[in-house]
Amino acid sequence: MKKILFDNIDEPGLNTLEVYQRRGGYRALRKALSMSPEDVLKQLMDSNIRGRGGAGFPMGRKVSFLPHGDMQKYLVCNADESEPGTFKDREIIQKSPHMLIEGLVIGAYAGQISEAFIYIRGEYQLQADILEAAIAEAARAGYIGENILGSGFDLSLVLHRGAGAYICGEETGLLDSLEGKRGNPRLKPPFPAIEGLYDGPTLINNVETLSTVPYIISMGGEQYAQIGTEGSTGTKLVSVSGDVLRPGNYEIELGIPSRELIYGLAGGPPNGREVKFWFPGGSSSPVLTKDELDVPYDFDSMAKAGTMLGSGAIIVADETRSVLDTAIKLAKFYAHESCGKCVPCREGTNWTHKMLMRIKSGEATPMDLDIMASIQTQIIGNCLCVLGDAMAMPIGSMIEKFRPELEAEIEVARARADAAAIEDVVALGVADEHAGPIPVH
Amino acid sequence: VSAGRTSVPRFAHGSRVPGWDDAVDLTKEPAVVPDPATTPVPAELRAEIEAAMAKYPDRRSAVIPALHAAQAVHGWCSPEAIDQVATVMQVTPAYLNSVATFYDMLETHPRPPHNDVYVCTNISCSLLGADELMDAMVAAAAGDETVHVRSFECLGACDIAPMASVNGEYVGPLTTEDCEQIVADLNAGRTVLPDKQLRYRLCVDPGVAAGAREFGVPTDADPADTAGLTSADQSADRPGTSAPLQTQPEKPETDA
Repeated sequence: MKKILFDNIDEPGLNTLEVYQRRGGYRALRKALSMSPEDVLKQLMDSNIRGRGGAGFPMGRKVSFLPHGDMQKYLVCNADESEPGTFKDREIIQKSPHMLIEGLVIGAYAGQISEAFIYIRGEYQLQADILEAAIAEAARAGYIGENILGSGFDLSLVLHRGAGAYICGEETGLLDSLEGKRGNPRLKPPFPAIEGLYDGPTLINNVETLSTVPYIISMGGEQYAQIGTEGSTGTKLVSVSGDVLRPGNYEIELGIPSRELIYGLAGGPPNGREVKFWFPGGSSSPVLTKDELDVPYDFDSMAKAGTMLGSGAIIVADETRSVLDTAIKLAKFYAHESCGKCVPCREGTNWTHKMLMRIKSGEATPMDLDIMASIQTQIIGNCLCVLGDAMAMPIGSMIEKFRPELEAEIEVARARADAAAIEDVVALGVADEHAGPIPVH
Repeated sequence: VSAGRTSVPRFAHGSRVPGWDDAVDLTKEPAVVPDPATTPVPAELRAEIEAAMAKYPDRRSAVIPALHAAQAVHGWCSPEAIDQVATVMQVTPAYLNSVATFYDMLETHPRPPHNDVYVCTNISCSLLGADELMDAMVAAAAGDETVHVRSFECLGACDIAPMASVNGEYVGPLTTEDCEQIVADLNAGRTVLPDKQLRYRLCVDPGVAAGAREFGVPTDADPADTAGLTSADQSADRPGTSAPLQTQPEKPETDA
């Protein structure tokens, strides 16, 4: 398959303007600026490219929601890649930052936006340094700033570094953080396209989405729509990690069987072990099992399978892994990252973690699984953002698909705890009623 | 209710979720925006904060960059550091504290200037042994005040799992034996594990590796774009250049 985003990605110095231009860089920008903003928008609409950040909303439609007029509009590139398992944007920014900048300028032109920000997570220090240097180079060459390439179009671009908070990848949490506040998500509507950064209309796009824009302009939207499937056009960077031989980023045409990704490209689990379960779109997506490896890897097929493509991050766990241990990691992470604004998420993530720890310590009964499953349904759809849902969906799917295993874990842990309690009683020489419950860690 | 004087009972048995903000001292008067005349600020820090403020339409957007800068000077977001940022930005210390306590990379507990080691303990890394790595890293840095080890959310480098970020430099895949080396490298001021740095890692996609053989063959670029530019070899020395400059693409592990 012909690579689009990853074409020449490992070329030494591709992060410099010189090499990028030698590879044909910024020619799409010249082409876009010679077109009218409406024509550029039409190309984006025709391409039918869906957002690569997680929600999969068509980019062209997002741009078209921006109000027309002379008000101050903003473009924010979401480079806060924090979804567990996802590392595709990192590779783009580190190796080909000008691709992102070019796409961003074209996107801003389509929406007639004059101020842009890139919000990059604070942990990506190397990538932020590279991007900052690239922005300075692009500004010196006249690709950013006033009257870009003599077109009369102005755009300022500021790189903003975050400071470590998963929730700032959520678009409205990101906006609050960019305004210098705690990254608490906002009530929607109004949606950012109407009232976003500094209360102005704001277009928010993921790094990968914007990086694809130059190619859409070069080849034409309709041509781009030929790649992939009808509902999921184009190519997608997929981060494969966990129990696979060759973890890393792969650029695939949307719609190929997931098995080809996990086994063909990434080599499958080591030592011939079998896949037990896998997350198809980051840790927030409901898990699939080894029986669902042939689901085509695209937005619609994943939705039909009851999960989601999300950020395009596959995490594979092989047959030796415990569902419970993964669920504990998951719940602990979301409990820590919940911003605390909405009660169902703040309490639900925390209590789910505690209940999972009860299973581990042998205090749980099979009824706890039902209670836990009901907590998940009470979180979903009841918060301002989807952080709580992002824990509830995979945990709910684990309880649904691996209930016998979890029930067995409960019994084994109970037996272990009982045995330990009897030992303690014998050792201490005290009566049974003083043994007390096993403390929760 | 008399204003701000009520003492709020707090339970000692752990009903407060660990990781949430510390309880507010309700007996203290709220601090006001500090007086620039009585709050000295290092000139470099002031310049850095002012430069950050100038980049945004609203100066408050510079809070995170400003706190990062102050933390670099003081080692953590100490009351002194917060006061200095508040003076330059003309906001209240409470506002800055509210932000500092939200973000994991901003340190709100006393800590001398130190090296940060973030060990990723999220799903992909933990599948491949991050918990053992974390234990080994803590053991290796035990008693060393200058090395601060902590487990961290997914750092976005699951391809080199299990991994850690050492002062921002991503290294992996790590074994428990690497931990002593990391501490030794940090104490000696050396580059940490140069063989395991993410910056030198090539893309694993076999299609990309095949394309890598074409390196150095220029495409038919617009003459206007390339006029006056030097060769790719010289560009390798420029600042901000990316990872695989010195390393040659290795033989790809193709699956075909």
